[in-house]
Amino acid sequence: MWTRTLAPAAFTLALFLAWEALCRALRIPLTILPSPSLVFSALWEYRAPIAANAVVTLWTTLAGFALATVFGLLLGIVVGWHRALYAAFYPVMVGFNSVPKVAVVPVLILWFGLGEVPAVITAFLISFFPIVVNVATGLATVEPELEDVLRALGASKLDVVRKVGIPRSMPYFFGSLKVAVTLAFVGAVVSETVGANRGLGKLMLDAQASFQVPIVFAGLLVLAFLGIVLYGATAAVEVRFTRWAFRGQAT
Amino acid sequence: MRDFVRLEGVSMAYGRGAGALKAVDGVTLSIARGEFAAVVGPSGCGKSSLMKLISGLHPAAAGTVAVEGQPVRGPLKCVGMAFQHSNLLPWRSTLRNVLLPLEIVQPYRSAFSKEKRAFENKAQALLRSVGLEGFGEKYPWELSGGMQQRASICRALIHEPEILLLDEPFGALDAFTREELWCALRDLQAARKVTVLLVTHDLREAVFLADTVYVMSGRPGRLLRRCEVPLPRPRDLEVTYTEAFQAVVHELRTLIGGLH
Repeated sequence: MWTRTLAPAAFTLALFLAWEALCRALRIPLTILPSPSLVFSALWEYRAPIAANAVVTLWTTLAGFALATVFGLLLGIVVGWHRALYAAFYPVMVGFNSVPKVAVVPVLILWFGLGEVPAVITAFLISFFPIVVNVATGLATVEPELEDVLRALGASKLDVVRKVGIPRSMPYFFGSLKVAVTLAFVGAVVSETVGANRGLGKLMLDAQASFQVPIVFAGLLVLAFLGIVLYGATAAVEVRFTRWAFRGQAT
Repeated sequence: MRDFVRLEGVSMAYGRGAGALKAVDGVTLSIARGEFAAVVGPSGCGKSSLMKLISGLHPAAAGTVAVEGQPVRGPLKCVGMAFQHSNLLPWRSTLRNVLLPLEIVQPYRSAFSKEKRAFENKAQALLRSVGLEGFGEKYPWELSGGMQQRASICRALIHEPEILLLDEPFGALDAFTREELWCALRDLQAARKVTVLLVTHDLREAVFLADTVYVMSGRPGRLLRRCEVPLPRPRDLEVTYTEAFQAVVHELRTLIGGLH
């Protein structure tokens, strides 16, 4: 009870109190760092537009994440299938992953226009890589003896992948989803900040342009909160589906 | 039929060309149907490579490998294998681990969904015969090392293979558990009349279980001696303390000891 709920709650509260105290003690100007009390009052005052834009950011994130999950799982299976495929794909994927996605957004806007599509695609592009790498690693590291046991029975490569490779890589897969979901969120917001007409990123950009700093911070708080919720949901799914990998960790 | 498994002048190497590592060199041996054969030798002598040859997982570089008079060209499904580590799948219950080969080997594979119930009963019976009754629903990590190894042997036997290949199956177990499993394996083999090739570095294990013990030299592995164990079977654990038993073990030990 203490470690699971009270400890994190107490730490979060302490963090906000310290922030508040710091702002008051040092008389930090509102335009540099607004105190949490101001941020929360801005959050309440502008709750309607913030909620509306948060919904947009949330769905673009989830859409991009869903695409990344399906595509990442499939590509991961292909890449992990054979050592040659792994070697062939890997450099290109690393190169692709190294391109800052902010730089891609203008191109996407050029292709698809302003709107939610570039945000969905950016969320997808930024988040599929860890999924591919993890699934491929899970498949590529199947114990050779185990593969021998199955191959001696006349199992095809497909059998080995289906019966052993995929179940075995599930903990890797779900582990990577936790990383991917936060990245997808980053991607969506980055895209909205570069060019969009709706979403939390766009809202914060507008607030910043008119020096409404408390609204910017309110947006950041909402982003942090949504990030925690998405992460928590993915982690719950992970435990649910790969209970066997969490053995020994008493529940 | 005398030669159920026959190796004639078989050599095998890992890799190709000048960098190839010769693992087995000119091995000739034959195992009769229902025979319990054991291969002993120093570590790295190609004992495990023999298993790969017979199961068809690795082709011979020279010579011929034949099972039931047919040359081996690819994986044989009449083979069951178990290794030093049980390699049970942690996401499957023990029962479903034992059932795994039936999901792959024909004709069971096609009948699997239809006759699942019957197959499960068969697996339960097999688990019962090695003292794992009531553990079918447990997951592998909930079993002790010895129990995992029993389950692993059940998995190797579920599709009723004619040859059981065991690669140091008891190597990771403590001495008491190991002796218990010797007896379990002895009884299983006696009941099913399966042909067994046991690879081990435990000479007592080889002499206790096998009809015939083959001694291999260090790398590249050659056969040094074929030794028929002159003790009547089935053997009791008590036999391991007799002079006759000790004499055989000592003879084998001398053969291997002289190699270093």
